[in-house]
Amino acid sequence: MLPLAAMLVAGLVALPVITVALHVFLPDEGAWRHIARVLLPEYVRNTLLLVTGTAVGVLALGLSTAWLVAVCRFPGRRIFEWALVLPLAFPAYVIAYTYTDLLQVSGPVQTFLRDMTGWSARDYWFPPIRSLGGAIAMFSLVLYPYVYLLARAAFVQQSSGILEAARTLGCSPWGAFAKVALPMARPALVAGVLLALMETLADFGTVAYFGVPVFTTGIYRAWFSLGDPVSAAKLSAVLLAFVFTLVALERWNRGGMRFHQVGAPAAERKPYQLKGGRALLAVAICLVPLFFGFLLPAGRLAWLSWMGGDDQFGSRYLTLLWNSVSLAGISALIAVSAAVIVGYGLRLRPGAPMRFAHRVAGLGYAIPGSVIAVGVLIPLTMADHGLRAWLTSWFGIEPGLILTGGILGLLFAYVARFLAVSLQSVDAGLARITPAMDDAARALGHGPGRTLRRVHMPILRANLLTAGLIVFVDVMKELPATLILRPFDFDTLAVQAYRLAADERLAEASTASLAIVVAGLIPVILLARQVSRPAKRRQRSEAARLMVSAPA
Amino acid sequence: MSRIRPILAWAALAALPALLLSNGCSREPDAGAGVINIYSARHYQSDDALYQAFTDATGVRVRRIEGTDDALIERMLQEGSASPADILFTVDAGRLWRAEQAGIFQAVESPVLRERIPAQLRHADGKWFGFSSRARMIFYDKERIEAGAITRYEDLADPRWVGELCIRSGGHIYNLSLMASMIAHHGAEAAEQWAAGVVANLARNPQGGDTDQIKAVAAGECGIAVANSYYFARLLASDDPADRAVVTRLGWIFPNQEDRGTHVNISGAGIAVNAPNPSQALAFLEFLASSEAQTRFARGNNEYPVVSGAALENPALEQLGPFKADPLDAALYGIHQSDAQRALDRVGWK
Repeated sequence: MLPLAAMLVAGLVALPVITVALHVFLPDEGAWRHIARVLLPEYVRNTLLLVTGTAVGVLALGLSTAWLVAVCRFPGRRIFEWALVLPLAFPAYVIAYTYTDLLQVSGPVQTFLRDMTGWSARDYWFPPIRSLGGAIAMFSLVLYPYVYLLARAAFVQQSSGILEAARTLGCSPWGAFAKVALPMARPALVAGVLLALMETLADFGTVAYFGVPVFTTGIYRAWFSLGDPVSAAKLSAVLLAFVFTLVALERWNRGGMRFHQVGAPAAERKPYQLKGGRALLAVAICLVPLFFGFLLPAGRLAWLSWMGGDDQFGSRYLTLLWNSVSLAGISALIAVSAAVIVGYGLRLRPGAPMRFAHRVAGLGYAIPGSVIAVGVLIPLTMADHGLRAWLTSWFGIEPGLILTGGILGLLFAYVARFLAVSLQSVDAGLARITPAMDDAARALGHGPGRTLRRVHMPILRANLLTAGLIVFVDVMKELPATLILRPFDFDTLAVQAYRLAADERLAEASTASLAIVVAGLIPVILLARQVSRPAKRRQRSEAARLMVSAPA
Repeated sequence: MSRIRPILAWAALAALPALLLSNGCSREPDAGAGVINIYSARHYQSDDALYQAFTDATGVRVRRIEGTDDALIERMLQEGSASPADILFTVDAGRLWRAEQAGIFQAVESPVLRERIPAQLRHADGKWFGFSSRARMIFYDKERIEAGAITRYEDLADPRWVGELCIRSGGHIYNLSLMASMIAHHGAEAAEQWAAGVVANLARNPQGGDTDQIKAVAAGECGIAVANSYYFARLLASDDPADRAVVTRLGWIFPNQEDRGTHVNISGAGIAVNAPNPSQALAFLEFLASSEAQTRFARGNNEYPVVSGAALENPALEQLGPFKADPLDAALYGIHQSDAQRALDRVGWK
């Protein structure tokens, strides 16, 4: 029953992705050949550089801060512990606009420089913000929290016994980190980096604004400028194949390794106490991403909204906020439920078909929102037309478009895009639970459903909350699919920000952008609190340890 | 938590149909004077006032979805005969042409529109109409470039200006329509040569929006920029000292005044082939052609009216002054758009 439901859910979520992929077999209008011949080499080169650079960036920022915060003690650690998640509230396009406003040739920094020195704009070199390097910096700054969150959770939950064993066997603290903690955290690190990279691949707003032609640019160019949606879908399918290969390679490389844990998490472990220069260094390392990823851009936005801002600020914003928050909340619930069903389904029935369904269901995250939206529109309007014909002929009512006329299409698109996020978190949690627990529960007479409810769900609680909160924040930030699929007179904060930014009114757009960030902060802070509550978890894991101490 | 979660989930599930019903059923006619449903690719806050003025005048309520042109066209195509859309309102002639090619518009016979809107700014069978226009202008640094040195789009490719030019991406519709007009006037080959000359003169990779190009000239990064008229008019009307400094340093040119005239693009609309409220939709289009609405385009959003004799009531546009517009049939922007993109790709206009 459960595996069947898992297949069904995975199939439904994958429907938009499959719809897009199926376009490969349709005849296109030639844009595909033009792009492949003239533009693709540059797109591929830039995309690879962007992806590699962002991977290095998110790892550098996320891994270092996660390790410091998880196992070391230094001044301000308790604040950094949650504050380091804050940049997640920034949509990449908003931080790109903000930094461009600050650093471009006509911005305050360079203007100040010219006023001080008397140089003209051509007398000096200044790192161009709108460039490939700038894009890598922007993505690294807002996406490293994925790595931070997952890596930090992994470090905190690592069995203290293993690390202590490593130390007693003669490892230095660094040695224990490199030889034991890091390899053990691998699934979490890979999951975090993959999430960051998929979001990078799907982005259009940032790279378009920076004038960095990447794969997404090609998809948009084929569809919008060359009027060839089939070629656009074909390019998307290539992107999909790339992501699929990436994921498969990692799985293959990981091979038969398993990462189940027994024993208590490291909360009881004696932390490394940093002092003097090393403590200062730790503070500096944590301060860099926090300052550049959050404090500086948020401060600039706040200043811009204070000085000018949006004339429509007022009761309209309450509606926008409500629309954003309710969409995000409902999507988060659906995405987490779907992830539990799909993830647990794979655990029950780990065969090839289920693994395939599981993987395809998570691919939507790498697809640009506009493309997903079309992938949603095609099957959903087909269902709508069928439903309408049926209602008209049987009951004589003209219902209009029931499925696409409301927010159902939007929710569908969100889940199709963001299931990957909740799935990663749920999978990471499930991977840590040793199958011995399943066996014990089943031996004691529980069916798979009750085992899930009584054993896995309580242990997964933190992962479920994390999954839900990340999806919530992602939906708050989502723009392209929201634009196309929303019902009449239904604006969100992201739509409001887009409206003004598309009209090149960046100062006015700052109000809505700031509102997205502030509204996203609440779940982000909840998220951060969630990962920094060792006391409660210890009680819980105590119970868990009792259950598994025998097979260890 | 484990007890609250299912409750929340069920509550959400129960709320779904309510949310669906509140927004669905969009083709139902409305009580009273009625309602029109607009799919708009315009993203100007001043449009809210425009729609309100229509509602005040006629009692017809306006419901809207704003999005990007092609996505809205795609949505209408998928919705087909069940589409709630009465009107598609876009910001580019090329997009109007493509929507018309996709069979989204119905032909409209309206003496008012036929009389008030110039023939080159509307579809021959009345499938779409242009309601406002914007000019693609050239701006230059008065400190570096003498007045009168540049008068035509063709001058942008002059090797004299190597390293001086700032312009946005070649994938952007404003440049595609300009390139399409070059193809229409000079033929594909000569237009591609022109584009190659433009690329050779670039001061930096194409990036940012139109306002960014204008400001880059004022900052001294480049000497020449190409941008749409309303972005500059907005700076002209601003009382921010930084904007004032930009405006004082720049000279502006309406290109090709001695020959064919300046390239203009239109924002326009047509009635959907499956419009559930066609008569209200027509009333809306005729309202857009009224003197009141035409002046609103100028006053609220610095666009040029298309109906001759409509008052501007906009000091910035008055200051820019009158100009001769290229009378090219706007449908040609759409017809040549794909060729324009391919040519720009080939010459490396990113």
